[in-house]
Amino acid sequence: MNKILFFAHLRDAVGEEFLSLDAAGKTVAVLKTELAAKYDLPRMETVMTAINEEFASNDEVIREGDEIAFIPPVSGG
Amino acid sequence: MKRYEISKDPIDIQAVIDKVVQREAGAITTFIGTVRELTNGKKTLFLIYEAYEAMAVKKLEQIGREIEERFEGSKVAITHRVGRLDITDIAVVIAVSTPHRADSYEANRYAIERIKEIVPIWKKEHWEDGEEWMGNQLETVAYPTGKPEEGDLNE
Repeated sequence: MNKILFFAHLRDAVGEEFLSLDAAGKTVAVLKTELAAKYDLPRMETVMTAINEEFASNDEVIREGDEIAFIPPVSGG
Repeated sequence: MKRYEISKDPIDIQAVIDKVVQREAGAITTFIGTVRELTNGKKTLFLIYEAYEAMAVKKLEQIGREIEERFEGSKVAITHRVGRLDITDIAVVIAVSTPHRADSYEANRYAIERIKEIVPIWKKEHWEDGEEWMGNQLETVAYPTGKPEEGDLNE
């Protein structure tokens, strides 16, 4: 299983802080596309992804147990 | 002593400064980021900051390492607040000590610019007529590969 975390406007769109689902074997891009369609997520082309708390590219393959986080443009500081 | 922190409580400025005191230093710069009331004429009532805390701490540590590699003899401490912040409240404190003053100013500026690029923290603006998660409102930043690239990271 994989824990999928959402923040900021994505969290509002999904309605959950995280989802548990099996994403092993999929690329980040495939998971992004699937979730964007299912939850009608806006502006996903501006959203970065982290695997296990480190930025990951769209072609990276997700492994069993990986924690995935979708990171909208940040606005700290 | 943790030099990089996400805090739910008000930030003690002096405590952040104390973390970078060193005998080799000839300068300490302290940046204090505060909540501004007016942005382009629009009045903010309050802000909510949210962080992906575990990763945010790692990214603050990364920024500290980058500075300590670029500026010899430097020492960095950063605390960023989360939760509800009112106008004039302190959102972030960055302290940098270096042997000489020029590096201290430059390194501190580098830290705040990097925070705005790679640290997973978001703010939600609350106005009189609504609320919105800030980020890149103009939608001019896109990440075709899904993560920041070298070009994005170095301004």
